[in-house]
Amino acid sequence: MSELLQLSNLTKRFGGLTAVSAVSLNVTTGQIKAVIGPNGAGKTTLFNLISGVTPASQGSIRFQERSINGQKPYAIAVLGVSRTFQTSLIFQNMSILENVMIGRHCRSRAGILRSTLKLFGERQEERDIRGKAKQWLEFTGVTQKYDSLPGDLPFVIHRKVEIARALATEPQLLLLDEPAAGLNIRETEDMGALIRKIRDHGVTVLIIEHDMSLIMEISDEVCVLDFGVKIAEGLPKEVQQNDAVIAAYLGKEKKQRAANHQSG
Amino acid sequence: MDIIFWEQIPQFLVTGISIGCIYGMVAIGFNIIYNATGIINFAQGEFVMLGGMVMVSLTAAGIPLMLGFILAISIVACIGGLFERIAIYPMKDAGVLTLIIITIGGSIVLKGIAMFIWGKESHTLPHFSGEQPLSFLGAKLLPQHLWILGIMLTTVLLLTLFFRYTIVGKAMRACSANRTAAKLVGIDVRKMVFLSFVLSAAIGAIAGVIITPIAFIDYDRGFLLALKGFSAAVLGGLGNSAGAVLAGFIIGIMESMGAGLISSAYKDAIALIVLLVILFVRPYGILGNKEAMKHQAF
Amino acid sequence: MGANNRILLIVLVLTVIGLPMYLETDSYWITVFIIAGIYSIVAIGLSLLIGYAGQISLGHGAFFGLGAYTSGLLTTKLAVNPWLALGIALLFTASVALLIGIPTLRLSGHYLAMATLAIGEIIAITATAEVELTGGSSGFGEIPALSICGFELDPLMELRYYGFVWTVVVIVLILSLNLIHSRIGRALRSIHGSELAANAMGVNTAYYKIQVFVLSAALASLAGSLYAHYVTFVSPTSCEIKFSVLLMVMVAVGGMKNVWGGLVGAVLLTILPEHLTIFEDYDILLYGLILMGIMIFLRDGLVGAIASMGHRIGKLARAK
Ligand SMILES: Nc1ncnc2c1ncn2[C@@H]1O[C@H](COP(=O)(O)OP(=O)(O)O)[C@@H](O)[C@H]1O
Ligand SMILES: [Mg+2]
Repeated sequence: MSELLQLSNLTKRFGGLTAVSAVSLNVTTGQIKAVIGPNGAGKTTLFNLISGVTPASQGSIRFQERSINGQKPYAIAVLGVSRTFQTSLIFQNMSILENVMIGRHCRSRAGILRSTLKLFGERQEERDIRGKAKQWLEFTGVTQKYDSLPGDLPFVIHRKVEIARALATEPQLLLLDEPAAGLNIRETEDMGALIRKIRDHGVTVLIIEHDMSLIMEISDEVCVLDFGVKIAEGLPKEVQQNDAVIAAYLGKEKKQRAANHQSG
Repeated sequence: MDIIFWEQIPQFLVTGISIGCIYGMVAIGFNIIYNATGIINFAQGEFVMLGGMVMVSLTAAGIPLMLGFILAISIVACIGGLFERIAIYPMKDAGVLTLIIITIGGSIVLKGIAMFIWGKESHTLPHFSGEQPLSFLGAKLLPQHLWILGIMLTTVLLLTLFFRYTIVGKAMRACSANRTAAKLVGIDVRKMVFLSFVLSAAIGAIAGVIITPIAFIDYDRGFLLALKGFSAAVLGGLGNSAGAVLAGFIIGIMESMGAGLISSAYKDAIALIVLLVILFVRPYGILGNKEAMKHQAF
Repeated sequence: MGANNRILLIVLVLTVIGLPMYLETDSYWITVFIIAGIYSIVAIGLSLLIGYAGQISLGHGAFFGLGAYTSGLLTTKLAVNPWLALGIALLFTASVALLIGIPTLRLSGHYLAMATLAIGEIIAITATAEVELTGGSSGFGEIPALSICGFELDPLMELRYYGFVWTVVVIVLILSLNLIHSRIGRALRSIHGSELAANAMGVNTAYYKIQVFVLSAALASLAGSLYAHYVTFVSPTSCEIKFSVLLMVMVAVGGMKNVWGGLVGAVLLTILPEHLTIFEDYDILLYGLILMGIMIFLRDGLVGAIASMGHRIGKLARAK
């Protein structure tokens, strides 16, 4: 199996704060890999580095054996890395179908001339964009109300539309930033199934998630960040037993669960 | 270059530095509101114009200089506060785009009101302490030039002390560094935004009062002053007020030299060309720094 | 472009054809509507920039002036064919816009606003200072009229020019509606929605911002040329800041989230001052109050308000 994404020695400093500190990490084609860690550990920053949203202070990012350091986010998306955002960045001013159609932008071509004149196959291309966008919405389980604005729809639909929008760019690698945050138990189970379905569709997934049962269930490998440093990596079971991880992160979870048991 | 050029230099410095003081003060006005709100207040030049105009009326009413100065500043500061309450405060969920358009609208309204009250003609004020020029290396140095420099430096000093050592000043700085964090520690961010408008308007008014004796003022003066002040703000690094003062001097001197040596018809274009060149080459200013530009003292 | 827009276009065309009959070819009002049409062209372009891409320009008066001056100078000083002059003016203005747009559109909104304001002022200063070339603050005249196939669009034949200008307006409107309902229009709206997300989804946001900026500047230049060849005269008032601000007021009043808003605002604010003499003395104050009032109470402008009202009525009707 080949390495799809290789991070080595990746570092990001904000003034005096080192949000990501010398992280080296590989993502293998076809796997679901999870990044976990307490709040403020630097997980979102790691995603921002990979997707080109923030420039790295140090280290290298290689995607499909080629360096993508310093490239603009849109160029990285064209290469095949797409993402969702922790706090939903759905386009509020556009219908959900149009949101997903934006995902098709980088796989279509009509320029300003063809667009204003509606000639030379522009109409056909628009139909294809619309058709593909609908397919991806259906893929994520959104089957109606394509013309609604996001403001009129429940939160779980936002999450799915964001994933559909990302998938519409036809990525090799999909970065999901806490896709189950704010969802109830049933919805979280659905989300787990959807993520598996995405992987089975041939898209490698790197996921940040706080819901440990979801992580344990779907991920092939887990990497743990704490204060920007990678403190553990391995199979979900191994990581769960790791002392450093328990101290940094799972300890809190277990305490919480115990507390929940007592009160419930 | 011949002898005449060198002889003119002191005169260019004198006029350049005094007009530069005004640009610097307009730039500081921009910075204060920018730091508190993240927007550029397009009505900043109108505060300068209003300062001069109000002082003209007060002087005509026979009010003595000192009292008139204080009154003019207070009146314009109130206008600044009112401006914030009417135009900015109601726009809670507005984006930057809307806020910019609002301040543009506000600047036109202030201009229109000024035209309504003071007409279309130019006005001026008597000099603060006589018009007997002093000689400075062969240049004509008016006492008013010294007043301008002195008052500008005093204003900057007082502002620095205000932002360093008073509770309110520190709170305003906290807001500019990180608005969310400031809110979390209990600072009333909206009040700070209000204060920033009052303070900016007051500084604009001071500039207007001290410049009017040596430069005619009319209702339409504001926007060009704002544009040149903005050039100084950008040259000094937006948000950085020490930079603004220095940049004001640089632009003022370039302008007076350009007017004397190149063409007086293009005098007003010089500051604007500086602005465009900076935006091309170093948008964070000569004294600014990309990452640190948000964390200046004031 | 949707059924609604098609119906509105038909209504527009019928109005344009019917209006001269109603006005009984009163040449004064025909002139007013010609000017309204010319301003509409700028306002439509400006609404693409402000309303769709979310970028502000205070220099579109200057691009208008640049078009007018270039057209005027080429035809009077170098005896260039008016159509060729119009084309050269358009390319020249677009290049100037490109040159300014590349550095400033990387920065946040107020830099673009200030930079375009500065450009406008520099152009106005130049137009005033180069007295020998441009006639200084009094401007220059005797700009030749446009002609189509030897059929001169003589400014004295008001109706011909009226027909011509409004044909251009309708074409510009159709092309703009096409653009909005296309891949590019979607990209522009996504920038307004969230520039970060748009970029991460593969939209080259900087590129599209510059493209729409240059496009809107080119439309302003086209309008400026049409203006110069119509009134046969240009002066620095055509590139003054006041004019740029007026253009922005037009877009805001009509509603910037809709190209129809540009049209409505331009027509309204050209006709209103002709009706109300109060505009003569207090135009500045009124424009300022209108701009602030619209932004505070009716942020999507008249067209936006009407559209949302129609939407609500439609919802009610469906609920019944
Ligand atoms: N743009 C930024 N500027 C300054 N500090 C930042 C920025 N983005 C993130 N940080 C800081 O970096 C640290 C890591 O944040 P983040 O990556 O969001 O954590 P996580 O996603 O693991 O909760 C936090 O302390 C946060 O405050
Ligand atoms: Mg996070």
